[in-house]
Amino acid sequence: MAETIIKVENLSKQYRLGEIGTGSLSHDLNRWWHKVRGKEDPYLKLGETNDRTTKGNSEYVWALRDINFEINRGEVWGVVGKNGAGKSTLLKLLSRITTPSTGIIKINGKMASLLEVGTGFHGELTGRENIFLNGAILGMKRKEIASKLDEIVAFAGVEKYIDTPVKRYSSGMYVRLAFAVAAHLDTDILILDEVLAVGDASFQRKCLGKMNDAATNQGKTVLFVSHNLSQVQGLCKKGMLLENGQLKLTGDINRVVSEYVLGNQQASHIDITQLPRVGPKSMDFFIRKLNFITDATNITENEPIEFEIEFECFNAIKELVIGFSIRDTMDTKLIECRTTSNIPNLNIEKPGIYTVSVVTKLNITAGVYVLNVGARCLNGPLEYIPSVTNIEILPCNNELEEWNKPSAGIVNTPSQWTLK
Amino acid sequence: MTKEEKWTNIIQSNTAVSVNSLKDVWQYRDLLWMFVKRDIVTNYKQTILGPLWFFIQPAMTTALFVFINRAANTSTNGVHPILFFLIGVTAWNYFAECLTKTSTTFKDNAYIFGKVYFPRLILPLSVVFSSLIKFFIQFFLFLITLLVLLWMGKTTLHLQPTILLFPLLIIIMAGLGLGAGMIITSLTTKYRDLALLVQFGVQLLMYGTLAIPLSSIKNEWMQQILLSNPMIPIIETFRQAFFNDSAFNINHLLYSVTIMVFLLLIGFYSFSKTEKTFTDTI
Repeated sequence: MAETIIKVENLSKQYRLGEIGTGSLSHDLNRWWHKVRGKEDPYLKLGETNDRTTKGNSEYVWALRDINFEINRGEVWGVVGKNGAGKSTLLKLLSRITTPSTGIIKINGKMASLLEVGTGFHGELTGRENIFLNGAILGMKRKEIASKLDEIVAFAGVEKYIDTPVKRYSSGMYVRLAFAVAAHLDTDILILDEVLAVGDASFQRKCLGKMNDAATNQGKTVLFVSHNLSQVQGLCKKGMLLENGQLKLTGDINRVVSEYVLGNQQASHIDITQLPRVGPKSMDFFIRKLNFITDATNITENEPIEFEIEFECFNAIKELVIGFSIRDTMDTKLIECRTTSNIPNLNIEKPGIYTVSVVTKLNITAGVYVLNVGARCLNGPLEYIPSVTNIEILPCNNELEEWNKPSAGIVNTPSQWTLK
Repeated sequence: MTKEEKWTNIIQSNTAVSVNSLKDVWQYRDLLWMFVKRDIVTNYKQTILGPLWFFIQPAMTTALFVFINRAANTSTNGVHPILFFLIGVTAWNYFAECLTKTSTTFKDNAYIFGKVYFPRLILPLSVVFSSLIKFFIQFFLFLITLLVLLWMGKTTLHLQPTILLFPLLIIIMAGLGLGAGMIITSLTTKYRDLALLVQFGVQLLMYGTLAIPLSSIKNEWMQQILLSNPMIPIIETFRQAFFNDSAFNINHLLYSVTIMVFLLLIGFYSFSKTEKTFTDTI
């Protein structure tokens, strides 16, 4: 059985909103008076879930509420969630920067957290001095750092500048050096908060590689928070989804990421009338609905999909063009299809509600994508509705072993192989 | 089979203040030295005169005291006024530096505290150690002045066995400054008002401590008031050790030690309480 290395029970964190200072003395006194009489903190009963869009009635808010999870040794976890979902609060609690309001965290092993690279770097100190200082801040012993010094310097690629004050470094050199120190930490558990978003692309790859190596070959446990979903999916095996301070889902990272992206909006009939549009509104027509004919919750690679777009015409229209596009979660446009593909002149004779249906094979690999819809008529403005819905394409259900699945790429291309 | 789970670290809301945090500090002792080194190195980088700057402040302060002393014709117990005030200013500076620098620990380091965990106590401790360097440099100035004045025949030296208390005196000053500083920094995370008081309080207290020798005050009641200041016995002992200008009073020194222990205990308690949640309020 795998050994539990982090165990979190009923973890909550409450914050006070608004001005701190006014009235905090009276709250403190009241809190103290309850404590003296052996009663519970009265303000812990207050508070509401952390939904920032609605203004709450209470001064207190729960940044995290009743979180429970266990992490085993050697696992790599990704934490995803919107801004304000409680990710950073969770990391802060785990890394002992602040204490929980209620609940308990049990940790078995040495832990280091990187909420930022280069914490404590001092511009006046040389690269070498900063390596020692930063390493010590992260909990390394002097001897440990000395034994890894050459490795750190080589990883950062700053050999020539090692005895120069870091204030003379280029910003790239600075973060590379900072990350190099962190990457050579010898701990059981590593907590990372989007720190990989530093340096150029090749350095980022190097960092990801180093993290991967730490997890798979050295058996380190890693907890990784990032908004870059492809990085999370690339690095982590398991994940947790936070929403408004609550733990919504834990488990396989791909499930967590698709739950995060899809949310609750995976429906077969999508009402577009209220969705925000880009560009001027057309006086001639209005896109109303998108209906999936194939099961929207079960789109598989290599399988065709079919859906309808319903629109209303207010006048007779000449040369109407309707289309859709598919973007990935990084907002790269992958596909665009239009009615002109096989109907060169789509003319509407009289006002009314019409639908067009389309069948296509997307040829993209499994993952989560965004479906957008747009239309225009001759000499009319383009009506474009971004993010009509997110669609998840499931991996095709063949019998391949896990190790033999294609690992990357966007385009799903069938291929024929022959041995001669 | 119910085996007791072994955890190396348990984080929860109501962890009582315990000596464990001192063990933590010991674990991070390398970091303590790194901070001390950082403070010292960064203080002199890109300055021409470097540590010489540390001579100017005590020299000027002493000059002012000597001027007032001559003008008001107050006693220095037969000790040469320059030496009388210089030793006082040197000792006081160490205490004041420990106090003022530790009293802004949370405010000055809020950013780094918000990003990484290490025992927070490390930072005030590093201040106590790095300020020692400044103290020794200024003490060196005192020794040079003493030698010069001896050579010129303007003063006599009466070294007493109490000179052996020298390390203890330093420890008491460090403890007083650290203890008071920890209490102040803990309170100022929530209530900023106190920080304003410290700057001016330290200045005021300096005159109260250094201006007049205790033994020259004949009014018993006023003497008692002055004696409530735990720094006075320390400075009196310093002077006594070099010049034997007054009788050494162990009870006065024990009073300072008691106050130090008291301040350190309260300081440690409030600091440990505050360090857990101050990132939420600062």
